[in-house]
Amino acid sequence: MGAAKRIKADLVNFAHSYSRSRIGLFFGLAFPVILILLFGAIFSGSGSASTVYVQNLDNGPVGSLFVQTLNGTGVLHIDLVPSSQNFSQYLLSNSASDGLVIPSNFSAAYQADDHVNVTEYWNPSSSTSEGIYIVTTGVLNAFNLQKANGTAVLGVQTQTIKSSSYTYIDFLIPGMIGFAILVSPMFAITNISAQYKRDKIFKQLSLTPLTKTDWLIAKIGFYIVLTFASFLLMSAFGIFAFGAHITFTPWIIPFLLIGPFLFVSLGMLVGTVSTSVESAAVVGNLITFPMMFLSGTFFPVSTMPAYLQNVAHVLPLFYVIEGLNNVMIYGNNGAALQDLAVLIVISLVIFALAVRFFKWRED
Amino acid sequence: MPAIEVSGLKKAYGSLQAVDSISFTIDKGEVFSLLGPNGAGKTTTIEILEGLRERDAGDVKVLGMDPWKQGGELHKKIGVIPQGFTFLPYITPKEAVNYYANLFDVKVDADQILRTVLLEDSKSSYFMKLSGGQKQKMGLALSLVNRPDFVFLDEPTTGLDPQARRAVWDVIRNLKKEGISVMLTTHYLEEAEELADRVAIMNKGKIITAGSPAQIIAEYGSGEKIRVRGDEDLAEFLRTQTGLQVAFVDGVVVVTLKAKGDTLAVLQAIGKSGMEWSDLTIRNDSLEDVFVRLIGSKLDEGQTAGAS
Ligand SMILES: Nc1ncnc2c1ncn2[C@@H]1O[C@H](COP(=O)(O)OP(=O)(O)OP(=O)(O)O)[C@@H](O)[C@H]1O
Ligand SMILES: [Mg+2]
Repeated sequence: MGAAKRIKADLVNFAHSYSRSRIGLFFGLAFPVILILLFGAIFSGSGSASTVYVQNLDNGPVGSLFVQTLNGTGVLHIDLVPSSQNFSQYLLSNSASDGLVIPSNFSAAYQADDHVNVTEYWNPSSSTSEGIYIVTTGVLNAFNLQKANGTAVLGVQTQTIKSSSYTYIDFLIPGMIGFAILVSPMFAITNISAQYKRDKIFKQLSLTPLTKTDWLIAKIGFYIVLTFASFLLMSAFGIFAFGAHITFTPWIIPFLLIGPFLFVSLGMLVGTVSTSVESAAVVGNLITFPMMFLSGTFFPVSTMPAYLQNVAHVLPLFYVIEGLNNVMIYGNNGAALQDLAVLIVISLVIFALAVRFFKWRED
Repeated sequence: MPAIEVSGLKKAYGSLQAVDSISFTIDKGEVFSLLGPNGAGKTTTIEILEGLRERDAGDVKVLGMDPWKQGGELHKKIGVIPQGFTFLPYITPKEAVNYYANLFDVKVDADQILRTVLLEDSKSSYFMKLSGGQKQKMGLALSLVNRPDFVFLDEPTTGLDPQARRAVWDVIRNLKKEGISVMLTTHYLEEAEELADRVAIMNKGKIITAGSPAQIIAEYGSGEKIRVRGDEDLAEFLRTQTGLQVAFVDGVVVVTLKAKGDTLAVLQAIGKSGMEWSDLTIRNDSLEDVFVRLIGSKLDEGQTAGAS
């Protein structure tokens, strides 16, 4: 009973402290929202239409038909370049690398069954260029088929796994929630614990009945509350600003609980084993940044090379994000349960280590 | 039973013997001051007594408890200001007092406590905005929240203005009145002389001497002296008239007294001489004079923040 009272007192005190420090508020609440707005803005609207500059030099009708068909795919945004312009010069002055030139004999050759090429300007290292190449050859094949009076037998119809109205942002949201779960407690607690150690505040607190476990639990409690708040804020901004579809299922809750538990403990561990505030920040960043990028926060882990995927599987954030994806997108609660089990084991180990190495009295 | 019993206490940091086999006791209700130059081992000693550091050897009992093994129990009964007290930057003194009260599960009147340490005016300022002295006062306030039986004050007045220092003195005197024991370290020797029932002077991990300030002055002081401004002739005259030891330094005649009656004899001799004289004082050595002689070097207050 006494412990509950102490934890509450420490939590209230920490909340005062936190709410008055702008840095804490920024990382805890503003930053996740900024992230949602940023990514939402980048990927909203026409999905991911790539812009391609097209110069139609064709004297006949087939060239414009071809341009119309390209436009009709909806995947490309066509920007027509007047035939009077020098095309490559035009691309350079627009800082663009992707373009198509339809030759002047396009219609004539098409009608005469002569071979003719459309020229694609591209950047071999860009996936946009690749996409444009694929779309262009697809449309060209349709024209070839038409010319041969053939009928398409095989086809593809695209659909996302959820309703077809799901957009890119919906797939991003679990990753960004995971990001918020990681970043806000990790940065803050690493810094706070190293600072308290330097300023001898832990020593000071050790002279009260507060125990180090009480202290850690109070911080975990605080970050659980903050994580729920930032989850709701991110969801609200996602929904109102971009019409995101968010699956609110009770299955999200265990992840919002275990995440802060894990990363507060990890932050504490890093802060307490570091010899200075600066080295704690360095070690904290060394852990946080790779974890952030390799755990599927911004792009799916399955697109990474195999050895990096192996690395991802030892990062705790991976299981947070995979779990959130499982419950929010795939509705695969069985798989989420496995993620949860892994997380509970990792969290308990890290919590135990943090309590073990946390020097409350002597430095 | 004394409040604190220490015998054969030792603590080393690597090859540095910071506390080297010291022994002392502090009685209940006593104000005990530990004095010594920077790095003498005062903070190390006091932190061992508070249960913040583990000792290498020796027997230590604080209020009948082993401070390292029974820290949790002990901390409910002691109050502490660590040297160079710091706290959470965004917490106000009033909140800090209430926070401590909740941790100790006691009811307190925060305003009352802050009034005692003269911090009422700043009770709603963030800790980081307080002046150095105000911060120390907040530390003092926190050390009193749990109504301790024993208070450890490690340099509580360093950096305080004279008025604030006297306010802390008043708090310490009131603690004594309430029967609370105090262990105090300070680099202001007049403070120890003013407040302490007993002092111990520590150097390089060892206690050189301990006792009441008067005892120490009597034992190590050079005795009572009369100083009077005058010339060399006056010095010679007093020497022949009284047969006492007389020195002449920078225009001041210094007569070292041996017995009580010497004072009158010297004054009469001065009157009889008919020579010019002024600024006559009769003074014994202060604790600081003795301290400086014992340690063999002048205390440098400017360095107090260095070692901790
Ligand atoms: N944590 C530590 N690790 C290593 N050495 C230490 C540590 N704490 C103190 N020392 C050393 O032990 C010696 C005694 O230090 P201590 O802080 O006890 O001195 P002090 O008498 O309180 O000095 P001051 O008047 O400057 O506060 C010093 O030489 C100091 O450098
Ligand atoms: Mg000290």
